[in-house]
Amino acid sequence: MIKQAILAMAAIAVAVGVAACGERPQVIEYKQGKYQGKPDTPPYDAAPFSGNKTEWERAVKTRNQSQNEYKRIS
Amino acid sequence: MARMKFLCDAERCIECNGCVTACKQEHDIPWGVNRRRVVTINDGVPGERSISVACMHCSDAPCMAVCPVDCFYRTEEGIVLHDKDLCIGCGYCFYACPFGAPQFPQAGAFGVRGKMDKCTFCAGGPEANNSDAEYKKYGRNRLAEGKLPACAEMCATKALLGGDSDVLSDIYRERVTNRAARGTPSMPPWGWDTAYGRPEAPKQPAAPPGGAKS
Repeated sequence: MIKQAILAMAAIAVAVGVAACGERPQVIEYKQGKYQGKPDTPPYDAAPFSGNKTEWERAVKTRNQSQNEYKRIS
Repeated sequence: MARMKFLCDAERCIECNGCVTACKQEHDIPWGVNRRRVVTINDGVPGERSISVACMHCSDAPCMAVCPVDCFYRTEEGIVLHDKDLCIGCGYCFYACPFGAPQFPQAGAFGVRGKMDKCTFCAGGPEANNSDAEYKKYGRNRLAEGKLPACAEMCATKALLGGDSDVLSDIYRERVTNRAARGTPSMPPWGWDTAYGRPEAPKQPAAPPGGAKS
């Protein structure tokens, strides 16, 4: 009986002791002049390019060249 | 790839406001917020010029320098974006911007100023690409679809160009050469010196020691 009570008390002590370990800091650590927001992913990261930077660059370059009517109409 | 820029050719802009409409439509921009607008100088006078103005995504962006909560960042393509979750709507960026790009939605009965909104070069913001959250906060992410800004792609006279700066420079150079052949002068691209700086002048070699003084 006493052994069970000690075990229960020990379990409660451990639970109370580590309760704050899962808590994440709520305040941003401010660094002057450094971006504080969420990280962004590159434009070619998601579908339809799925990380293929070369393919994305080729697509953008093609669209870019279509703005040049000297080349578009020839 | 070099870096993304806008170029407005004042010789070609006809003040149709197609770029403004394309931007509004593409991103569902609310009433009172204009990410892009057309400014006309000497309106009604012979020789008037119109320019399409929005965030130029400056090389050394003053908005980034003055933001008290540091919510601005620059992507590897050179596009200046910001995190709306951090923005406090203080308006410092509006005072710092030479192009008047930052916009503030007026919401509520007392004219409370909302979070800053500006041109994203159709590149969204710091949310998952092409997600609902990104669309609601920043508008459509055309760049992630392999497209260029809607305003530039919709421009009927191709006065407004957007994209890789090397390609834009080549296009504009070709235009200037063609105009020069017809005897029409061209102006330097509007706002480029302000946004991207002048190219550095080549350094003069140091005078040899013991040389003549004048």
